[in-house]
Amino acid sequence: MTATPAIRMENITKSFGSVTANDGINLTVYNGEIHALLGENGAGKSTLMNMLSGIYRPDSGSVRVNGEPVNFASPRDSIKKGIGMIHQHFKLVDVMTAAENIILGRRGGFFTKEASLIKRIADISDRYGLDVNPRKKVYEMSVGEKQTLEIVKVLYRGARILIMDEPTAVLTPQEIDGLFRIIRNMKEQGCAVVIITHKLNEVMEISDRITVLRRGRSVDTIRTEDVEIPALIEMMVGRKVDMKIRREAPPVEGKELLRLDRVTVVDSDRKVALDGVSFTLNTSEILGVAGVAGSGQKELCETIAGLQSAEKGRIFFDGKNILGKSPREIIRLGIRMGFIPEDRLGMGLVASMDIVRNIILKEYQGQKGIVLKRGFGAEKARGIIERLDIQTPNLTTPVSKLSGGNIQKVLLGREIDSDPKALITAYPVRGLDIGASYRIYDLLNEQKSRGVGVIFIGEDLDVLLELCDRVLVLSGGKITGIVDARRASKEEIGFLMAGGTHMRGGGGS
Amino acid sequence: MSGFLAAAIVAATPLLFATLGEVIAEKSGSLNLGVEGMMLMGAVIGFTVAYGTGNPAAAMIAAFAAGGAGAFIFAIVTVSLQANQVVTGLTLTIFGSGFSSFVGDRMIGQSVPASVLKFFAPIDIPLIGDIPFVGSVLSGHDAFVYLGYVMVIVLSIYLYRTRAGLNMRAVGENTAAADASGVNITLYKYAHIIFGGGLCGLGGAYLSLVTVPIWQADVVTGRGWIAVALVIFASWNPIKAFFGAFLFGALSILGLRLQSMGIHISQYLVDLFPYAATIVIVIIGTHKNRKEDLPPGNLSEPYSRENR
Repeated sequence: MTATPAIRMENITKSFGSVTANDGINLTVYNGEIHALLGENGAGKSTLMNMLSGIYRPDSGSVRVNGEPVNFASPRDSIKKGIGMIHQHFKLVDVMTAAENIILGRRGGFFTKEASLIKRIADISDRYGLDVNPRKKVYEMSVGEKQTLEIVKVLYRGARILIMDEPTAVLTPQEIDGLFRIIRNMKEQGCAVVIITHKLNEVMEISDRITVLRRGRSVDTIRTEDVEIPALIEMMVGRKVDMKIRREAPPVEGKELLRLDRVTVVDSDRKVALDGVSFTLNTSEILGVAGVAGSGQKELCETIAGLQSAEKGRIFFDGKNILGKSPREIIRLGIRMGFIPEDRLGMGLVASMDIVRNIILKEYQGQKGIVLKRGFGAEKARGIIERLDIQTPNLTTPVSKLSGGNIQKVLLGREIDSDPKALITAYPVRGLDIGASYRIYDLLNEQKSRGVGVIFIGEDLDVLLELCDRVLVLSGGKITGIVDARRASKEEIGFLMAGGTHMRGGGGS
Repeated sequence: MSGFLAAAIVAATPLLFATLGEVIAEKSGSLNLGVEGMMLMGAVIGFTVAYGTGNPAAAMIAAFAAGGAGAFIFAIVTVSLQANQVVTGLTLTIFGSGFSSFVGDRMIGQSVPASVLKFFAPIDIPLIGDIPFVGSVLSGHDAFVYLGYVMVIVLSIYLYRTRAGLNMRAVGENTAAADASGVNITLYKYAHIIFGGGLCGLGGAYLSLVTVPIWQADVVTGRGWIAVALVIFASWNPIKAFFGAFLFGALSILGLRLQSMGIHISQYLVDLFPYAATIVIVIIGTHKNRKEDLPPGNLSEPYSRENR
């Protein structure tokens, strides 16, 4: 390829305070190429792309677009050069229609002329095979629709260079196929596409070349056909990683531990978040929960933990109905349950407190007297830090200062320490690097072998199928199927995630 | 009855200007609680200029500029310096109150020149004035009231039919999305905070130039706070702001009317009506279902592009 590259970034450095997010990174992307940007969390992928879209300004280094040196002061400059970025968290205005979002920030006539605008949107949609309803409000859209809208929006601006930051994280397998068709279509039209993802199978499937980042530096750029997944992981992590999740044999006889009976939950927007959900969690098993984001996972966890009230239904824990009881009442009943919420620093831990205080938080009610006994907590904290290999300067560091993986270990360590019979975990490896993720999987397996029943809400279907014993699929608040993880396929789960009901029976028991 | 409606309009007009001003500020993402202060600044400067020049147009422009100047302080502190909007707005109210006492001190008891009074005399609109009820709302008012009507229509069109209005609403709803789309956040915030402040200044000037054309200390008497509540009642919509202001105008004169009809009711109770209604409205306003009726998504949140 000797043509002028669409993007050439050289020696890019960017710091946030004392953290160097990008350290002399190089990246070259050609027109008509799908280029994957790969790296663990915190490797600097989003930072690099945000500099290309004018959100951040590099501290040093040079950026050329189609051979021309550029220095973006704002997103507007970047848009003018034909760069369009689809952010990981969609940048759409909820209460506006698709059409209004598309023309947002565009220059043009004084008035917003809806009719001609809608025609232009239809033209673009036809050309690239996209399907978007210009009059639909964003808050009424599914995640897939929102993403399509983001793509139409950048194409409307005449973008020829597309950046997608983890576009597949929130999509069902079927929606991902659709997205890949669109991306290939854009490639054929001569666009340059940069896709950030850490799902390696997708990288192999869609990309022409791959650039790997590690801890803010560029490791290498390679042609996809010349590389295999294990080598990519080694480049990302910097060492060999055993990619096998061990799964113990199914328990000889799992006893019923937790049973939900037709639980219906209505959320604060008066929408039905859980619709007659019934299932059983046994001892010594990991029950996975799959579903598109927002299918009721959060409400499921919080209802079991006593944080969300239900409209109707019953929840039996060791035969006792716990629905309608507060977390404190549940603890009083002698029920030991651990909860790892999705929002670790918001709900799970107090971010500004140190490890010791966060650990005392769960057990202080058992202490006598008014004054907290810190010594006991400190001892516990030391134990947890040692057992889970938590990296922290000392016991008095606020947990907010720890890395994502270590924060998760503190939380998990505290919950495991209370010797639970059931563990409810929501996206426990989200934001964690590969090494830390596998450590968490090991810890969950360890709990399973001790007889604990684990609910594992996950987003990566490969992990769900490898780690769990059974996988329950939620779609729009309903259980569309419960499958045996040893036999089910990704496609089958994808079908259920999209709302298809299970064909072979074995549904909610 | 038509006399009651006409009087309600007069009572409603300062509220209408202030509510529209706060709608503009809040729609672009700024919760400026300095409405009361900006109204006082507009009231005293409008009166001073009218008193000194006898020119009604100059008085209105000056009142707009005074409210805008108060809002400009708010914009510097909250947009550029990223300070807390609630605290800054409250401080602006206190500042405006002190400013009006200081500037107006020597004018207490003075009245507006005849040329200005004449300009703000009621004007009848032929034909429309003859329609029962509606006629007394639409016709027979002063130029200031008509300007308020025009503002309601112009601002509705601006908000919902123009590109600038769309961008401005996006800034208030989702600042990061507007920024990523190439909207100049700082410019939009400054412009709308200042324009909103200008409208509040005009609302204050109506009180000192038309309602009671004699300077007195503390002319605004809490109307700025009612306007803040009316913004919620109006769901951030200019048309609904008109109806909200009209309702409150009617409530605030209801007691006087009842008394003149021979129904005896304590003046203190009468004075309480609009404020009691404000509390009720805020409670009702909190329980809205339509997404479009909710406060702008990023209201009162400072925005910095590189914040991680």
